[in-house]
Amino acid sequence: MRKVKLSAVIDHGVLILGSLFMMLPLLMLLQMTTIPDTEIIRTGPSLTVGDQFDDNFNKAMFEASGFSGENTGLSMLKNSFILGIGFAVGKIVIGMMAAYAIVYFRLRFATFAFWLIFTTLLLPLEVRILPSYEVVQWLGMLNTYQGLIIPLIASATATFFFRQFFRSVPEELVEAARIDGAGPVKFFIDILVPLSRTMIAAMFIIMFVYGWNQYLWPTMITTDEDMYTLVRGIKQIVQVLEGAVVPEFGRSNVLALIAVIPPVLVVVFFQSWFVKGLTESDK
Amino acid sequence: MKRAGFDTLSLPVLLLLPQLVIIAVFFYWPTIVALQSSFYLQDPFGFGSTFVGLQNYADLFSSREYRKIAWFTVTFSILVTFFSLAIALVLAVKADKVLRGAKTYRTLLMWVYAVAPPVAGFIAVIMFNQSWGPLTEFFGVFGHTYMVGVNFNDTAFAMILASVWKQVPVNFIFFLSGLQSIPRSVREAAMIDNRSATSRFWDVTFPLLAPTGFFLLIINITYSLFDTFGIVDTVVKGEPGNNPMTLVYKVYVDGFRGNDLGGSSAQSVILMVLVLALTIFQFRLIERRIHYT
Repeated sequence: MRKVKLSAVIDHGVLILGSLFMMLPLLMLLQMTTIPDTEIIRTGPSLTVGDQFDDNFNKAMFEASGFSGENTGLSMLKNSFILGIGFAVGKIVIGMMAAYAIVYFRLRFATFAFWLIFTTLLLPLEVRILPSYEVVQWLGMLNTYQGLIIPLIASATATFFFRQFFRSVPEELVEAARIDGAGPVKFFIDILVPLSRTMIAAMFIIMFVYGWNQYLWPTMITTDEDMYTLVRGIKQIVQVLEGAVVPEFGRSNVLALIAVIPPVLVVVFFQSWFVKGLTESDK
Repeated sequence: MKRAGFDTLSLPVLLLLPQLVIIAVFFYWPTIVALQSSFYLQDPFGFGSTFVGLQNYADLFSSREYRKIAWFTVTFSILVTFFSLAIALVLAVKADKVLRGAKTYRTLLMWVYAVAPPVAGFIAVIMFNQSWGPLTEFFGVFGHTYMVGVNFNDTAFAMILASVWKQVPVNFIFFLSGLQSIPRSVREAAMIDNRSATSRFWDVTFPLLAPTGFFLLIINITYSLFDTFGIVDTVVKGEPGNNPMTLVYKVYVDGFRGNDLGGSSAQSVILMVLVLALTIFQFRLIERRIHYT
């Protein structure tokens, strides 16, 4: 009996160590948002919780920084939500439509379209970042939400995911629908979409987090400070901290924290959907 | 395609159109431009360009700096992949085993998935702050003056640490779901045949996890190559200088800041070839994976 207990202690010990490894950096960040900047410069993070959170929070959210004075935490938060939700919705809608066309219609060029679309899975945006920038510039979409979101959608992960799922839907369903006189549009909206609810939710979570956390593309595409997302703003924060006499750690730490909280909440609260979406989409 | 599909023609074309237009404009066009401009030398003032054949590639391969960055990228990828896989595997095996608090551990170990890479880099910068960073103080105890952004190895270590921290959750989730899909009967049979938990792990569990592991290997290499951009950029604080950087970061620095379009495009093409090779390798593994399960 004693041996069993010892191994349980080791198991929990390892898991607690692992959890601490994951948690401590964020807890440190959290503590640093509660103390004034002057204390950070003197002692850095400590174990005591200060009372400056409201102050730091107000500075970060409502006071403008940067050159234009339009770059508040609130405006960055708004842009982050637009990017995260716009990207997720766009990707799901376009992906579902394309997957439906590929799986359920007799098309002569279906195979060709399939290959055209799925080749995009082979190359990430990062390897064609400069020409993509030029295309967006040529289209006059720099510093716009379209320019921010649409090029990120040009990869077929969602299409692939829904194609796999549609193929697993029993054939009898579409046969029955046809016998009952349902056309392709009715079948899609009344049967297939409700049937895909869980898949849509899972995909939405993954895509929201992915879109929210985009960094390189927004860094290139948005130069207007009122278009910055929180994650893109991190770069500016780091550079501002470097040059300042009294670096505004309070403000920057609150912003970093806010950049982390929404996607983390989504992942934690919808954990089972998220895990399902992640492990099934990549297979 | 389904056997019992619909025969309309206009609707599917309409449905496919948005996807096709977007990938034509934002995938095929830029990819072709990248391929093409890798064979040209761009005038720095934007007055046209001259065809130079493979000159851009030759310049890259003979450049000491590029070779050094490529070498760093390889080392960086191996270290990040190895450590994030190893840590995640240990944690997944333990999380699969414990009964009490299993759900809490799972949540605590996976939430970092949602943290953006540049934020991970930012936290690393704070922890390694020159005057009061907790990790700087930790290394100070051993007599090492830690200097991120000045000392090459110190900066590299901060990058690797942040990248591993950020990647452990993904691997943990996949390993855990792989472990949980091992049938009960197999585990019980192994329990009866083999009393030692260690050899049971290496003889039964580990081989059954191998397909997941191979798949994750590719995912992790791709992550180290591309997704760590945000970490590299924040840790070097936007000042490449003598700091370690990855190949993707170099593409960005040369093309976007240095305006060397040809050289940057050639680098993009090299990365394309690299990632294509990895993806094809991955697809072949997935085929094999089906036989396992």
